[in-house]
Amino acid sequence: MSTETSTLNLFIGENDEYIINMGPQHPSTHGVLRLELALKGELVERVVPHVGYIHRGIEKMSEKLPYPQIIHLTDRMDYLSALMNNEAVCLAAESALQVEVPERVKYVRTILAELQRLASHQLWWCAFGMDLGALTTFFYGLRDREKILDIFEESFGSRLLHSYYLPGGLMHDIHPNFQKRVKEFLKYFRKKLPEYDQLLTGNVIFQNRVKGIGLLSKEDAISYGVTGPSGRGSGFACDVRKHQPYSAYDKVEFTECLHTDGDTWARYKVRVQEMWESMHIIEQLIDNIPEGDYTAKMKAIIKLPAGEYFQRVETARGELAVYIVSDGNKTPYRIHFRTPNFSNMFVMSKIGVGCKIADLVALGGSLDLVIPDIDR
Amino acid sequence: MNVIINYFKDIFQGVWSLIQGMRVTGYYFFHPRQIVTQQYPENRDKLVMFERFKGEVIMPHDENNQHRCTGCGICEINCPNGSIEILTETVINEEGKKEKRIDKHIYHLSMCTFCGLCVKTCPSDALAWGNEFEHAVYDRHKLTKVLNQPGSSLKKEPKSTAKEIKA
Repeated sequence: MSTETSTLNLFIGENDEYIINMGPQHPSTHGVLRLELALKGELVERVVPHVGYIHRGIEKMSEKLPYPQIIHLTDRMDYLSALMNNEAVCLAAESALQVEVPERVKYVRTILAELQRLASHQLWWCAFGMDLGALTTFFYGLRDREKILDIFEESFGSRLLHSYYLPGGLMHDIHPNFQKRVKEFLKYFRKKLPEYDQLLTGNVIFQNRVKGIGLLSKEDAISYGVTGPSGRGSGFACDVRKHQPYSAYDKVEFTECLHTDGDTWARYKVRVQEMWESMHIIEQLIDNIPEGDYTAKMKAIIKLPAGEYFQRVETARGELAVYIVSDGNKTPYRIHFRTPNFSNMFVMSKIGVGCKIADLVALGGSLDLVIPDIDR
Repeated sequence: MNVIINYFKDIFQGVWSLIQGMRVTGYYFFHPRQIVTQQYPENRDKLVMFERFKGEVIMPHDENNQHRCTGCGICEINCPNGSIEILTETVINEEGKKEKRIDKHIYHLSMCTFCGLCVKTCPSDALAWGNEFEHAVYDRHKLTKVLNQPGSSLKKEPKSTAKEIKA
């Protein structure tokens, strides 16, 4: 999005603007993101994001790989929603092959997606507190996230980059302890989540830092394509789970968390509320996982019929869409990922204007950016 | 008058919210047993990883130094980034026939992304996941490993899973 003029104006400064780089190595950008800021005093006049520092060409690499091998690359886009990224590619391939996956797979995928969402929101919560100077939250969030990672580790051996799904089902069955452990976790976390409110939500310093910062109107959210909790904080009903249910989301009942204020505080409240909703969804499914195979019958070499395939899923940060063009070979002709963070981040150039630098940290934290997902 | 009341009300509310937060931290200060921090290098002897933990790819050998790898190369094909190289050799067996068998199963741990496709797709269950996770070494060449042990041979028996051999 960086235009020719903005690059030329760097360091020159029109109208007594002071130009400063926030990043690429800045603790509050949570990765290698460079924000070019034009300041007037402490007020931000212009925000120009520069991306590409961690571009790995995942889409191009995928053109050379068969479909089961693409899965592990999608882990590395939004590493905090790795399972949802896996799911997106798998669902696209399954719909192309017209494979009906077993009910068990659908249930397990939904439960795991919600667990992943919980883990992601917990990490967001503790990092958000830390951005605003409340270092204590970091340890409380990670304490609870560890329990979810243990469940993941027991079932599929990895904590962050899972690559657990294959087109047609799962790589192997869930661990026999899975249901017991998830139930234990839910019981535990229902007690611990109110602690989050006590620690941070009610804190007057925190509230003063986030209320009224970074106002994003519903119109802007739609026109910039801001999805996920950030979009829902502005009243944009964009939950793919609700409006285009996939996996087992049509079998569960949950509310789409909507707030209409559109400020950082609203986005915070949406995410905390989503943690309660995620627990509610898991509770409805965990006792009813049907018996059956963990994968549908698939051929050894998966070839998608020639055509174009599109699949949307809701990750912890918004809408992830996969667009596959196949020419009938075992590798895709072209694969494109519409990643949520890319759109969510570029709205900063709109709503960051007029903030102070310290508020920009709060704003960036509330958008919950994962930089590898932007660059991919 | 209202301004003054609000002023003091704000101060009171602010202090109260801080006390609420301090209550949580204070609770754990007086209940140290509920703290879950693990003292990692000290507890190394007691540390047990989960059974399915993906530490590194290993090839389980039984007590007769036999493994199950036939050298078919399916793991090599399925590896997305070439961390596995299979070197086979042709030998003449007891019956005087030519036989292809595995010479070296080379595994580059430094390139492995732990996607699990080699273990998943192995038709003879020759590969498994090991629980070793402390991979730091001073020389990166040490991360290239030969999975079949020297002098090992192919196990010719009806199928049992690799996990049984491991156990």
